[in-house]
Amino acid sequence: MTELAWIDLALTSARPQAMGALLRYFRNLDLAEEAFQEACLRALKTWPEKGPPRDPAAWLIFVGRNSGIDQVRKRAKHQPLPPEEVLSDLEDTESDLADRLDGAHYRDDILRLLFVCCHPDLPATQQIALALRIVSGLSVKQIAKAFLVSEAAMEQRITRAKAKVGAAGIAFETPDAVARAERLGVVAAMLYLVFNEGYSAGAPDRADTPFCAEAIRLARLLLTLFPSESEIMGLTALLLLQHSRLDARFDAEGQIVLLDDQNRSLWDRALIDEALVLIDKAIRHRTPGAFQIQAAIAALHARATTAAEADWLQIDLLYQTLERLQPSPVVRLNRAVAVAKREGPEAALALVEPLAEKLSGYFYFHGLRGGLLKQLGRYREAHEAFDRAIALATTPAEAAHIRQHLDSMQREMAAAEK
Amino acid sequence: MLYAVLCYDSESEVSAWSKEMDDKVMADLGAVNQRYAEAGKLGPVARLMPTTAAVTVRKGATDDIVMDGPFAETKEQFLGFFVLEAETLDEAITFARELSAANPANGTYEIRPLQFFNPGVPIK
Repeated sequence: MTELAWIDLALTSARPQAMGALLRYFRNLDLAEEAFQEACLRALKTWPEKGPPRDPAAWLIFVGRNSGIDQVRKRAKHQPLPPEEVLSDLEDTESDLADRLDGAHYRDDILRLLFVCCHPDLPATQQIALALRIVSGLSVKQIAKAFLVSEAAMEQRITRAKAKVGAAGIAFETPDAVARAERLGVVAAMLYLVFNEGYSAGAPDRADTPFCAEAIRLARLLLTLFPSESEIMGLTALLLLQHSRLDARFDAEGQIVLLDDQNRSLWDRALIDEALVLIDKAIRHRTPGAFQIQAAIAALHARATTAAEADWLQIDLLYQTLERLQPSPVVRLNRAVAVAKREGPEAALALVEPLAEKLSGYFYFHGLRGGLLKQLGRYREAHEAFDRAIALATTPAEAAHIRQHLDSMQREMAAAEK
Repeated sequence: MLYAVLCYDSESEVSAWSKEMDDKVMADLGAVNQRYAEAGKLGPVARLMPTTAAVTVRKGATDDIVMDGPFAETKEQFLGFFVLEAETLDEAITFARELSAANPANGTYEIRPLQFFNPGVPIK
């Protein structure tokens, strides 16, 4: 590894912890970010000469804190009204650095850093962008590319999101058990969004989209901090299982390959094995949750050597449990896939049809409905459903996938006429 | 003499590696292994899963306590290891409980699933 590469890696891996601590000191995202940047610049200068510090995060916090304090004092001189609040907070933080670095705060620091990105007023895309910028340290350019917007537009979005978070105020007191559990739940949901943003990007973009790997890294980090949280085990397992299929999900032309048709030898066994262990660990707690159930469903697929051999009865039952926990038309739609496998297209269609109103704008609803109608030989209706799906597709790969369905239907119809 | 060579590193840094980099490191280590295996000198080689996949079995007052996560104390030393093929985590935990019962000392057993395992060549 080159010198620059290992420093870059050390900075990336220390970032959540260092940024979390600096946010606690300065109570201001911009100030924390500037202080961290400054500390990184000094690291690039001094580490090559002196070698890496024993604890890079502690080093960055110490250096960042000092440079941040200088900044605040400099600005205070140029402003008519010194930011009393900020400075008085700083007095406290100067007390005993050793005490602050003993590790007890890290957990809540990192959780808070993730949590501020999940402000409920921020739309999902802004939560994702903010977390990737602030916590992961991805460049605005990288984030903009994944969202298919210009760098300037993404810069503006992130600035606005930060302003909103700043105006809303951040809870800095150490959370109690209930508040901590709430934060964890919100952060877990956000990490799932980050993953999905990467997961749903089409094949041509996926190599440039580090979102999935980043979501997994942060989920593992969260689990290191909260080792007994079964839902975080579930989340991590779910992400690992979905990510394990990356190489099988697209063909050479970049078209989506459905689960049923994927070459299972391309699945990443190391990720699957890790997920299965996490599910085993989670089950021992006997506190089921939505992520654990979804991971269990994904695990049943991962354990089957072919799609037909998957335990569709178990999958159906798990979806029913998930529906009780988290009633949603999308969960019902997914359950319909399992029902189609077990009981055939008619039973599945009976589950799907009542969802028409709620899911009329949902690509997968029309795709699945079209597929079921096609199986039942109701080609004209299937055609209409597929047309709706194509109109709603958000990626070229989705649209191409439905066109494949239409093509195979044309062939079936032609064969039937003969 | 047989030697065990143990590998320590920052997990947060290793988990920030890209897949390409991870693959390259594994290939480079594999090349070193290969030379020693060809000389008939290299036994089993394993890479452990992340510590998030670990559970730890330690002696309690009445019964063993199973905790999530790796062994975190620093006053004990690493004394030995076992490689077990088990269908489930529970089976591995049962094995560790039996070891604990057979061992009069207060030792702790950390269970770490293997991510990569190469049994190597037979060594004396």
